[in-house]
Amino acid sequence: MKPNRLNECGDWVLDRFPVSKFWNEHMAHYYAPKNFNFWYFFGSLALLVLVNQIITGILLTMNYKPDAKLAFDSIEYIMRDVPWGWLVRYMHSTGASAFFIVIYLHMFRGIMYGSFKHPRELIWIFGMLLFVALMAEAFMGYLLPWGQMSYWGAQVIISLFSAIPVIGDDLSLWIRGDYVIADATLNRFFAFHVIAVPLVLVMLVFMHIVALHEVGSNNPDGIEIKDSKDPWGHPVDGIPFHPYYTVKDIVGVAVFLLFFATVIFYMPEMGGYFLEHANFIPADPMKTPEHIAPVWYFTPFYSVLRAIPDKFAGVIAMGGSIVVLFLLPWLDRCPVKSIRYRGGIFKKALFLFVVSFIALGYLGTQPVTPVATILARLFTTIYFGFFLLMPIYTRWEKTKPVPKSLTKDHSLEEQLHAIEEQIPALIEEITELKPVATEIGHPAFKSSFFNRRPNPVGIKNVATRLAKKVIESLD
Amino acid sequence: MKKLLIILLLTFSFGALANEAVELQSARIDLSNNESLQRGAKHFVTYCLGCHSAKHIRYLRIANDVGADPQKVLKDIAPEGASIYDQLHSAMNKHDAEKWFGTQPPDLSLIARSRGADWLYSYLKSYYIDTTKPLGVNNLVFKDTAMPNPLWQLQGEQHAEQRKTIYGEYTKLVIEEPGTLSEKDFDLFVNDLVNFLVYVGEPVQLERQRIGKYVILFLLLFLVIAYLLKKEFWKDIH
Repeated sequence: MKPNRLNECGDWVLDRFPVSKFWNEHMAHYYAPKNFNFWYFFGSLALLVLVNQIITGILLTMNYKPDAKLAFDSIEYIMRDVPWGWLVRYMHSTGASAFFIVIYLHMFRGIMYGSFKHPRELIWIFGMLLFVALMAEAFMGYLLPWGQMSYWGAQVIISLFSAIPVIGDDLSLWIRGDYVIADATLNRFFAFHVIAVPLVLVMLVFMHIVALHEVGSNNPDGIEIKDSKDPWGHPVDGIPFHPYYTVKDIVGVAVFLLFFATVIFYMPEMGGYFLEHANFIPADPMKTPEHIAPVWYFTPFYSVLRAIPDKFAGVIAMGGSIVVLFLLPWLDRCPVKSIRYRGGIFKKALFLFVVSFIALGYLGTQPVTPVATILARLFTTIYFGFFLLMPIYTRWEKTKPVPKSLTKDHSLEEQLHAIEEQIPALIEEITELKPVATEIGHPAFKSSFFNRRPNPVGIKNVATRLAKKVIESLD
Repeated sequence: MKKLLIILLLTFSFGALANEAVELQSARIDLSNNESLQRGAKHFVTYCLGCHSAKHIRYLRIANDVGADPQKVLKDIAPEGASIYDQLHSAMNKHDAEKWFGTQPPDLSLIARSRGADWLYSYLKSYYIDTTKPLGVNNLVFKDTAMPNPLWQLQGEQHAEQRKTIYGEYTKLVIEEPGTLSEKDFDLFVNDLVNFLVYVGEPVQLERQRIGKYVILFLLLFLVIAYLLKKEFWKDIH
C-alpha cells in the first residue's frame, strides 16, 4: 500500500503519544459486565452534565461581572441582550440541579448494588470527595447571581462556621473577607467557582475513573466478572465498553436530554426549585427575607442542621451526615454486594433511608413549625440509624445464594411484552360479565369489554397479590 | 408500615395548612395577545413609570416583541423625549423617593418573576381606604404597603368590610365611590398591566417555547436512531 501523508502524520504522533493505548485501556479493551441496567446510565450522564456546566460556564463568564454593584444586572443582561444568553444561562442553572439529580441516583446505585465494597472502596472515597467538591461548587456558584436568596443563603451557611468554639468568628470573617457577605466574598467565590473547584472536580473525576478501570465495574448481580475468564483472558461475562456501552449510553443521553430540554424550554424555574422566586430580587443586606431556604439539593442536610436545637451540635450533625457516607465501605459488614441477594433487613433499612432522605429534603424547603421540627428529628434519627446501626444489622442479614455467573436481565421489550400478555387475563379477573348485555346500538360497544363490569372480589384478589409481591420483594 | 404512612402523609400535608395568606385572584396571562401587551405597556408608562423603572428592557425591544412600529411606540407609549434605544428609566430621583416614601420604589423588570402574576393582579386590586395609615390606604394582599394606590381614580374608593360566614370571618372589599372605569373594565386594565409585567420579566418566554418544540422533536428522532443503533450493536450479546 502506498503510504499516504495523513497516515504518516498520524503514525508520527502515535509513536510519540500513547493515544491508542489510552483508548484501548479505557474504552475498546475495557471489559464491562454485560448486564448493566437503567441505574448504570448515571455515571456517563454525570460526565455529560459536567461538560455542559464547564462549556456553558465559560460562556457565562464572558458576560458576567463579579462585582456586587454589577453582578445582578449582568445576569439580566445575559438573559436579555446577549444573543442566546438566556439559553446558556438556563442550561447552566438547570444543569446544576440536573447534576445533583444524576449524582444522587448514581450514589443510590452504588449503595443498592454494593459498588462501594471491597475492592472498590477507593472509588467510593473519590466519589464522595467529588460529591463534597460538587456541593462547594454549587454553593459558591449560587452566590454569583447576587439575588436575595444568593446573599442570605450564603450569609446563613457562612455564619455556621462562627458556631465553632474559639476560632469560629475569626474563621467566618476570614472566609467572607468582610463582616457580612460583600463584594470581597463575591470575588473570591467567583474565583473558586470558575477555576479552583472545577480543577479539583476534573482531577477527581480522572482519579475516580482510573480507580474504576483498575478494579473493574461492579454490576447489578454484585459478582466479580474477572473471576471467570475465557482462554484469551477476557472475562466471560464482560463485553468491551466500546462499542457496546458507548452506543447504549447514547440512548441514555438522548432520554436525559429530553427531560433536560423540557425543563430548559418550558419550566426553567421548575416552580421555584431550580431558580428560586426570591432570587429575582437583587441582594439587599438591609432586608432579610422572611423565609430563607437553600436550593433543593441542599435541603436534606439543611433539615438535619435545623433539627438539632444547639447551633454547634447542628453543624456537627450536618457535617456528620456527609462524613458518615465516607465510612460506608467499613460500616457495611455483609459479604454480599447486590441488593438482589441481600437480606430483608437491609432492603427495609434502605427503604427507610430513602424515605427519610426525601422527607428531610422536603422539610428543608418548608418554614420551621413545631410539627416539622419533630418530623425532621425523627427522619434525622432514621438517616443516621441507617449508617451507624449498619455494623450491627448487616451481620444478622440472611443473605440469598449468589450465582456464579451473571443472571440474564430481561430487556425492556421483553418486559413490556410479558406485561402485554398478562393484560387480557388481568382484565378477565378484575371484571365480570354483566348479567344483561348492554344494548347500545353502535357495534363498537358490542365488544366483550363493554359487556363487563368491575368485579370487587377480583380487584381485591389482584390487589392482595400485588401487595404480597411487594412485601416479598422486601425479604 | 401504617405508622410510616401516617407520618409521610403528615409531612406532606402540614405545609398546606401552614399557609394562611389571602386567597389570590388569577390573572389571565396570554403573552401572544399583542394588543393586551401594547395596552399594558401604555398603562405601565402612564401609571407606574413615574416612580418605578423597568431598567432591563428597552422601548425598541418592546416594539419588536409586541409587534408594534417603533415610531408608534415612541409616539404613543414612551414618555416625551425618550429615545427608542432607552431603557424604561423612571423620572423620579432616588433621593426624593426616599424622602417621600421612606424607601426607593423597586425596579419592576423582574417583579412578575419574584411575586408571580396572580399576586400582582390581586395586589393592584386590593387597595382600600384606611385612614390610620399615612397614605390613607392599605392593602389586603400586602399589608401596610408603602405604595399609594396609583389606580384609585380608575377603580374608585374601596372599603374593607368584615363579613361572617359559617366558615369564619373574612374581609370583603366593596367599591363605595365608583371610579372612571367599570369593574369589568378595571379588571381588564389590571390584567393587561400584569400581562405586560410578565412579559417584561422574561421577554424571551414565547421564543423559548417556540424553539423548544423543535429541540424536543429533534431529540425524539435522535432517541429513535440511537435506540436502533444500540439494538443493532447488541444483537449478538446474550
